[in-house]
Amino acid sequence: MRKFLASTGAAATFLASGSAFADQPRAWETGFQAPATDMMRQIEWFGNYTMWFIIPITVLVLFLLLYCVVKFRASANPVPSKTSHNTLIEVIWTVGPVVILLCLAIPSFQLLTAQYTPPEEAKLTVKATGNQWNWDYEYQTDNTLTFNSAILQEGDRAKAGKEDRSIYPRLLAVDNELVVPVNTMTRVLVTATDVIHSFAMPSFGIKIDAIPGRTNETWFKAEKEGLYYGQCSQLCGKDHAFMPIAIRVVSDAQFKTWLAAAKTDLPGANKTLMAQVDGQNKVAAAGN
Amino acid sequence: MADAAAHDGHDHKPYRGWVRWVYSTNHKDIGTLYLIFAIMAGIIGGALSVAIRMELQEPGIQIFSGLAQMVYGMNGDAAIDGGKSMYNAFATAHALIMIFFMVMPALIGGFANWMVPIMIGAPDMAFPRMNNISFWLLPPAFILLLTSMFMPSAPGAYGVGGGWTLYPPLSTSGQPGPAMDLAILSIHIAGASSILGAINFITTIFNMRAPGMTLHKMPLFAWSVLVTAFLLLLSLPVLAGGITMLLTDRNFGTTFFAPDGGGDPILFQHLFWFFGHPEVYILILPGFGIISHIVSTFSRKPVFGYLGMAYAMVAIGAVGFIVWAHHMYTTGLSLDTQRYFVFATMVIAVPTGVKIFSWIATMWGGSISFKPPMLWALGFIFLFTIGGVTGVQLANAGLDRSLHDTYFVIAHFHYVLSLGAVFAIFAGWYYWFPKMTGYMYSPVIANTHFWVMFVGVNLIFFPQHFLGLAGMPRRTIDYPDAFHGWNMVSSYGSYIAAVGVAIFLYGVFEAFQKKRIAGANPWGEGATTLEWQLPSPPPFHQWEQLPKIK
Repeated sequence: MRKFLASTGAAATFLASGSAFADQPRAWETGFQAPATDMMRQIEWFGNYTMWFIIPITVLVLFLLLYCVVKFRASANPVPSKTSHNTLIEVIWTVGPVVILLCLAIPSFQLLTAQYTPPEEAKLTVKATGNQWNWDYEYQTDNTLTFNSAILQEGDRAKAGKEDRSIYPRLLAVDNELVVPVNTMTRVLVTATDVIHSFAMPSFGIKIDAIPGRTNETWFKAEKEGLYYGQCSQLCGKDHAFMPIAIRVVSDAQFKTWLAAAKTDLPGANKTLMAQVDGQNKVAAAGN
Repeated sequence: MADAAAHDGHDHKPYRGWVRWVYSTNHKDIGTLYLIFAIMAGIIGGALSVAIRMELQEPGIQIFSGLAQMVYGMNGDAAIDGGKSMYNAFATAHALIMIFFMVMPALIGGFANWMVPIMIGAPDMAFPRMNNISFWLLPPAFILLLTSMFMPSAPGAYGVGGGWTLYPPLSTSGQPGPAMDLAILSIHIAGASSILGAINFITTIFNMRAPGMTLHKMPLFAWSVLVTAFLLLLSLPVLAGGITMLLTDRNFGTTFFAPDGGGDPILFQHLFWFFGHPEVYILILPGFGIISHIVSTFSRKPVFGYLGMAYAMVAIGAVGFIVWAHHMYTTGLSLDTQRYFVFATMVIAVPTGVKIFSWIATMWGGSISFKPPMLWALGFIFLFTIGGVTGVQLANAGLDRSLHDTYFVIAHFHYVLSLGAVFAIFAGWYYWFPKMTGYMYSPVIANTHFWVMFVGVNLIFFPQHFLGLAGMPRRTIDYPDAFHGWNMVSSYGSYIAAVGVAIFLYGVFEAFQKKRIAGANPWGEGATTLEWQLPSPPPFHQWEQLPKIK
């Protein structure tokens, strides 16, 4: 079942990803952002799977309503029937939904279990701490790296080299992105200092509340290099709309270089990394 | 019976003027007060939502900084910050007003007060004076809530901006000002009002049914109110406990929900949703009852599967108490806990499905006339189905991981409440308006109201599914530019719905102006419940001779 689930999900993504790297919301989007992890692919698959049940049910109800409206309107059917019981049909419309729910429940429980069963040990652990209204990230490596990540102020775009609003959109771009290596099992420990926040990354399929006094845990394994955006997803006061989450997924080598440099000079390390990544993108664009 | 005969001589006439309303112990007068109150609160709550949609029509902050300047006299950056908080205060107040001061007073205080005693053949409610205090607790509660919008909360902010869910620490250390205390007090009082009302309905329905009206012959609206009253009685005290702990955490140094004192912010969420989930069934169950009567009346057929319908409501009410943590899938609940709540939540789809199919079966083979109430009922059934199936999606914790706290959730619960409960209210209004006032409204205006509202609310909420799937978080004053398109559509829908409300109000005015006499039973032989045997409007005291039920 799970193999079937994964392969169907992969096929669906392949069909959906006609446009370039889809790692942030798009205008007039009607579905999920393109998945960047296997987990999000499974979530998207399950979301599409539920559609195969709920759309026919809704259409059936609409059809039955319209059928009644046309067939049993007073002018077409002046004498109403007196039927008010039919045990068989009542059993059918009780058992029918139970069967449908079972069809939903089996893959649903598989998905839920998969979310809490990481396939391997984490190679990197990052702690994300929510504050009003920014995030602290702590790399739990030898020699801890800690920095703050807040929304990119419009005035700081030029200085940060983030003028391109298609890559660094308003309200999503941050000053210091969380940088992680591609295809690496990453554990995120999530907590908060003041009020409840929520660490969410739509294209990774993760969302976990950041709660003062406790540490929650989630994990992801990003499959594609790129820059991914999410937003705080629990009302946390005045600037709730203004505490984005940005994760930059880079190659293993780039990550190692960045991590080593960032421990002494974070802005410098970010600049160097951006230059590398932008260079790659230009090559990729030319190759298209 | 001899006693009743002895009373025939002196008629119990209502008092004149304001005394009749303020001192009222008459269930019909109190019901009318509730309905007027609900309409006024609905207009205020609706205006707040239109302001929210105006803000969200374009990315960036448009109107709330200006509003903060006008209302709070802030300037420059303070006005922008004040506006951000004001947006949260508007969103919070919109929810609290619509739930506690619009839907509940309309369905339970208004229609149930009016119709339950009549439908079960009782002269009045069991505790008429308690009925009076139930209503008169609401205006002070409402005033407290409105006042809270002008009180300081967080530094540089006015009004409760924590959402109607009031999650600490944002509702405790996050907003130290008096606004939150006033809101808590307001909810306390509104809750007390509802608990008293619930006691009154349970007692009335259990003890004052006319001879021969067994529980299994009782009209479904009375059944729905009975179940609702139990939900209120069992869930509201838990909310009261929770918000009292908030109050003491805020003012008396306790640390029930503060981790630095050994408390737990998640405990509040459990307490809140133990109330909050039954609460959403409180909002919709009376609507189920109303829709059953309307569908039966205008199909000229008895309700299909009456007992199934009654016990489906009982089942929904009972299971509604054991699904609360499906609002908390992202708080870090253990895998087993989430599995349980997924399972329990899905179970609710079964009795809900029974109701939808039974309404359709009631229409099946009927002789249907499409009067305004029936139009609203048909709209209800279809839109509630959409809200129901998205609810089944959200029940799955695995999928909810992506949808939780996005606009998908907003779309879902407005489909069941704004398009479900509110459509049921309007259906009930057009069904019983001739009975309550004696006048018939203009069906043309009522139908126009329906179609404008139908288009409006669908335009508001259907695109919000897309926004949620694309990841737009809820409760944000501004959004990334990519979300602009659907937000614009949604905002236009909100203006159309506002026009719909204006048409509704004009229709009420027009009916009172034209004074078309409705007659005792304008709906014909399909209207079989007891209220249609009385004149319209009913006498000040009805059933002085108790009706006999075959």
